[in-house]
Amino acid sequence: MINTPTSPLFGRAGIVFLGILCAVAGIVPALNLFVSPASPLHVPDYIVTLVGKYLCYALLALSVDLVWGFCGILSLGHGAFFALGGYAIGMYMMRQIGARGVYGNAALPDFMVFLNWKELPWYWYGFDFFPFAALMVLVAPGLLALVFGWFAFRSRVTGVYLSIITQAMTFALLLAFFRNDMGFGGNNGLTDFKEILGYSIQVPGTRAVLFILSALALGLCFVIARVIVNSKFGRVLVGIRDAESRTRFLGYRVEHYKLLIFVVSAIMAGIAGALYVPQVGIINPSEFSPENSIETVIWTAFGGRGTLWGAALGAIVINATKSWVTGALPEIWLFVLGGLFIFVTLFMPKGLAGLFSGWSQVKAKRPIKIAASSQPEAAE
Amino acid sequence: MACSFMTRLIIILAAFVFMAGQSLAGEVAVRAAIAKLAGGNGYQSIEDGIAALGATGDPAAALSLNALSDGRLVLNKTDNKIYVLDASGAKLLDPVTGGAAGEAAGATLEKLKIKNSIRRKISAALSGMTLLAKDRNVRLRAVQTIFTSADATQLEALESAIAVESDNEIKIRMAQARAAITLATSKDKAALKEAIGTIAIRADREALKVLGNAIGKVDGETASLLESSISGINGKLRLWNLVQNVWYGLSLSSVLLLAAIGLAITFGVMGVINMAHGEMVMLGAYSTYVVQQAFNAYLPSAAPFALLAALPAAFLVSGLVGVLIERSVIRHLYGRPLETLLATWGISLILQQGTRSIFGPTNKEVVTPHWMSGSMEIVAGLSLTMNRLIILLFALTVFTALMIMMRKSAIGLQMRAVTQNRAMANAMGIRSRWVDAMTFGLGSGIAGLAGVALSQIDNVSPNLGQSYIIDSFLVVVFGGVGNLWGTFAGALTLGIANKFLEPFAGAVLAKIFILVAVILFIQKKPRGLFALKGRWVDA
Repeated sequence: MINTPTSPLFGRAGIVFLGILCAVAGIVPALNLFVSPASPLHVPDYIVTLVGKYLCYALLALSVDLVWGFCGILSLGHGAFFALGGYAIGMYMMRQIGARGVYGNAALPDFMVFLNWKELPWYWYGFDFFPFAALMVLVAPGLLALVFGWFAFRSRVTGVYLSIITQAMTFALLLAFFRNDMGFGGNNGLTDFKEILGYSIQVPGTRAVLFILSALALGLCFVIARVIVNSKFGRVLVGIRDAESRTRFLGYRVEHYKLLIFVVSAIMAGIAGALYVPQVGIINPSEFSPENSIETVIWTAFGGRGTLWGAALGAIVINATKSWVTGALPEIWLFVLGGLFIFVTLFMPKGLAGLFSGWSQVKAKRPIKIAASSQPEAAE
Repeated sequence: MACSFMTRLIIILAAFVFMAGQSLAGEVAVRAAIAKLAGGNGYQSIEDGIAALGATGDPAAALSLNALSDGRLVLNKTDNKIYVLDASGAKLLDPVTGGAAGEAAGATLEKLKIKNSIRRKISAALSGMTLLAKDRNVRLRAVQTIFTSADATQLEALESAIAVESDNEIKIRMAQARAAITLATSKDKAALKEAIGTIAIRADREALKVLGNAIGKVDGETASLLESSISGINGKLRLWNLVQNVWYGLSLSSVLLLAAIGLAITFGVMGVINMAHGEMVMLGAYSTYVVQQAFNAYLPSAAPFALLAALPAAFLVSGLVGVLIERSVIRHLYGRPLETLLATWGISLILQQGTRSIFGPTNKEVVTPHWMSGSMEIVAGLSLTMNRLIILLFALTVFTALMIMMRKSAIGLQMRAVTQNRAMANAMGIRSRWVDAMTFGLGSGIAGLAGVALSQIDNVSPNLGQSYIIDSFLVVVFGGVGNLWGTFAGALTLGIANKFLEPFAGAVLAKIFILVAVILFIQKKPRGLFALKGRWVDA
């Protein structure tokens, strides 16, 4: 019953995934920068940004899979961690604009000048300094996850209830960030970025580096996640997923395990957001909307939860489809997405990863059982 | 027969002649007053004329008074008569009827001069005349203006208006206005006290303002009476404010209850997370729109009652869509709530986009029928809008009906049986699958009814449902899953709490507080306010 990770650290599929990722990280920027635009092999700039965006989404989906696929925590609020990471890096880039904003005010970002603010709020201190901002990318989502998770897991809020309150959490943040008084740019968010670490974010070179960083972050987080789920710690997580009460009765402090994996996952989501924002050039409160978080869950489910690489694959495939469909037939996209939600839950419980089961470790396993909390266990 | 017909005819004719005579007499008086304006005695004769015009109390005098104040009243030297110059200044108009009376060109015209003191007299005469107007609302407005301005020049007009006023309420208002003038001008202690007493009875914001203006003008006993009256009014206003907040809270609660109650059945009773619940509400609202359009097109005379016809229509549309969803998707996912959540989210996307494709993305207008518009004034400063009141009653009716159904009817009994022990219910011969479909249809149908109500207070757009789904879930979870009374209490608590926070924190922050409070509350009581007890709860 337990998804015993006796297989090698990555499994064959995981190694293929890492290999492809490395190849993409090398080839796409190379074809963009070093092949002349006239050549058919040239990758245009917008493709680099687009695929870079997909890689960030893939990392977000991977972080959802880590808690959902291995610990049974269905978070409908992971978009909040993603957005917080994005805001942290966005604040840094806002400060980098300096006096080049519309109002030419070196001391305050444009929107604060517009709102007649006289001085920088305290929580903007330190964001001139990149290492601090980078630290905040990890700390802000991590801290939110820590506080939220501590409250939720300690009082044993599980299953659907947890999903609903994570959704309420991101909804509350959405409303809060929409407020101008919050000092995060209100509903316009943060935008008009110029450069990061002194490199203009418009030039292809910077974009290529951001692309490579996104691919590296995805690869690295994949490795970390695999190591976690293959460790003894990971086995306890799977135990919690399949039979939480039983694991507790065996003497494990379930809430500590859940809290730790939740925080790790939130930090990964934050990193994804921080890489996403410089590439798209804007962060606004709509990133907090519950719809985004729910969509992320369907990427994970579509790709196949409990495999990590499947979630990343799902994110990339769905977003590529979205880019194509919204370009070609914008009005049918929601039909496609809605249909996908239904189809995947009814007919593809193992997702895309299940289709590759012939050459992945998934084959030997029983169907992965998620949502253990929903079914009465004989032993409980 | 013929005789009686003749009698009636004579009476009617007599009445007609009498009325015409009266208005004729009025016109003569107005003309005489207007003639006084040109008495040749400069400002004095103009003042006399204004006083005479005001004394006629005839609405026909307003034209010349307004023209005089605008500087458009002229004396034609050729025939020594007074005319009104029209806005372009090219034509002469009759000062009483306003009809055309020749060209301005060629005539020797002399403008009647006025100064500021005369302007004041004109406005006093005008509002004195509106005090005598036939339309009750005009009189009410006029007396209200005098009350807030406490303009002593109006006193005379006010006194004469009180003498002839027949409407009791307006008479009281007039007395209050007179008291306001007294308070502002009089030195007599007894008169001041009486005035304060009269004004204090009003006990609204205007009275507070008028009394506040008098602070510092009076001293001794009168001042302390003034202060106690002001604090008395403040106390009353606070109370009404409280009542008003409770009312707003109840109104929001009723909306939340309507939106959440269907969810309480599908989620609470069946354990199905229906993220498409909001879209069932939206379908109900669109059904209302369609029914109303149909009534307008085929049965315009009954259009005000389209809303009543929309109730069964919305129930059926949403209910049938609900049954369809249950049969096609949800029944495959029983016992897997997280998967249900995702699948129904997909359904909600499809329904939204479907509605958008059919009806377009813009808001559809659902007309509020006359019997639902307007408001009911309970006391001064406290009024209840009709549509909110009706929605409140409607929510209570739906809730009561549902409770009775669950408790007393056969299908209600079967629903509860299947919820509590499916296997045993099956063994007792209950077709649990059929009950599942009916329960889901019922929950969706009630969401459709909510849509009819919400179409009256919210925009009917494809996104209508989305704005209610999170709130509805919070209400159900807060109240305790599987318990309709819990949903009732949850809606009441959240609605009133929200409206009480709003004045202090603003709408958005209040909402955030509520969200955070519910999140914290769930930590404390993970199963909600009224948790069900027993082994199967943990399932």
